[in-house]
Amino acid sequence: MTTLSGTEPATKRRPRRLTGSRLLHIHTWLVIGWLCLPIAVMILFGFNDTKSRFNTTWQGFTFKWYGRLFEIEDLTKALGNSLLIGLLTTLIAGMLGTLIGIALGRYRFRGQGALNVVLFAAISCAEIVIGAALLSLFITMNVPLGFWTILVAHVMFCIPFVSLTVRARVLTLDPALEEAARDLGAGTWTTFRLVTLPMIFPAVLSGGLLAFALSIDDFIITNFTAGSTITFPLWIWGSTKAGSPPQVNVMGTLIFVAGVALAVLNALYARRRRA
Amino acid sequence: MPMFVMLSLSLQQGDVVEGYRLTWHWQTYIEGIRTYDEQIIRSLGYGLAACLLQLAIGYPMAYWIAFHGGSRKSSYLFLLLLPFFVSFVLRTISWHFVLADDGIVLGTLKGFGLLPEDFHVLATTGAVIGGLAYNFLPFMVLPLYVALERIDPALIEASYDLYASRVQAFLRVIFPLSLPGAFAGVLMTFVPASSDYVNSSVLGGTHNTMIGNVIQNQYLVAQDYPIAAALSFTLMALLLVGIFLYARALGTEDVLEASAR
Repeated sequence: MTTLSGTEPATKRRPRRLTGSRLLHIHTWLVIGWLCLPIAVMILFGFNDTKSRFNTTWQGFTFKWYGRLFEIEDLTKALGNSLLIGLLTTLIAGMLGTLIGIALGRYRFRGQGALNVVLFAAISCAEIVIGAALLSLFITMNVPLGFWTILVAHVMFCIPFVSLTVRARVLTLDPALEEAARDLGAGTWTTFRLVTLPMIFPAVLSGGLLAFALSIDDFIITNFTAGSTITFPLWIWGSTKAGSPPQVNVMGTLIFVAGVALAVLNALYARRRRA
Repeated sequence: MPMFVMLSLSLQQGDVVEGYRLTWHWQTYIEGIRTYDEQIIRSLGYGLAACLLQLAIGYPMAYWIAFHGGSRKSSYLFLLLLPFFVSFVLRTISWHFVLADDGIVLGTLKGFGLLPEDFHVLATTGAVIGGLAYNFLPFMVLPLYVALERIDPALIEASYDLYASRVQAFLRVIFPLSLPGAFAGVLMTFVPASSDYVNSSVLGGTHNTMIGNVIQNQYLVAQDYPIAAALSFTLMALLLVGIFLYARALGTEDVLEASAR
């Protein structure tokens, strides 16, 4: 036995290494499966031929819910609200966040450290606290809750994400390029428009996409600032007690597919730029 | 800058309490904490449990993607992020649906007689912690992955050259170097998990309410603003103390970098 254990580790080493990494490989796929399971169920039950409003048991395959997608008026309106708020948030937060990102990446100024801490705090702050703080503010200022308060809230929590994405890109740029443009007689605005902006555009684009995704998905902050206005996540939340209709699954599926398609296109675009 | 407004906003929250009563009515805080101490402790406990679970699940995954992912690393990361393309509420409801007492998993197992009829997963502590772990897992894996990816392979080879075994190389080299990522991951998952109220109300039934449920209820249903503001201020103070201790000790760069990805 003692002689065996003396030689064994050397000969066994290779196979053991392989099984270790194989186990990790299997583990990784199991986790990915776990992550995808509820999505798969959601997509599947969008095709469920359910008779009642309750979409809980499988009753056969159908496309009919795709045809009757906009049958529930409130739900359609909620989705419209979500899309509109998402779009406006992308534009406004994209613009403001880009400016902050450039400022943080390019210049040194007073309060920069504080701004970094604030961005950090805003990202790591609990959503419920942001929502509660905003609601408190709106109540004390007597601002009526609704579409505009949701928009203000969404712009606010999306800005840090955009500015960090842009800042990361700005840090990689060579300042000499902008100086060269200025030496060639370009004004500040022309330099920005023709030199800086095209170079940071991929980051602005992915920051904007992130803002859109965050906005359309947000529930907690919206829940606090919405008043009686309903967005897509809020509508689903409201429908849980009664059981959500298959249209919700279909809309979820469509958003999922569109999101994945956009992300893949964005990745392909980035890869082609790099190549 | 809008972010400064945000900071002042979260500070003003305390003022709302005082403004409402017009006196420095700290009693509300004491009252709130005393009434809901159970929920506060439960929230922190659930957040911690979800965090540890995510660390246990996420670390091996991040390790494998970082060191064995090869050329398909980004594809794996993309798969990891897939759930984010489905609304957070919808994901949680989908779990409710999967785990329902007569749903597709339990219903089928019960149909085959593999589980007793009265067995249920929903409305248990495990369901809430599982839901929390599920929803925030990518926030744990990404910072871990970033930290592991950044380790210079030469360091690991050097440890082998110095006769370290695989276990020693992991414990003495890889693990310490991945700690900043682990801390960032813990921070990014603990904060949303312990303040969440969606999972506990969809998956937890009536016996697993967390402090988030109380705050939401006091604000939006009971409309008792002073106590709600006091509670959310307490929650923020608890979390902020942790965050700033963290920032002082380890710097903000890792989290900012991870969230910029």
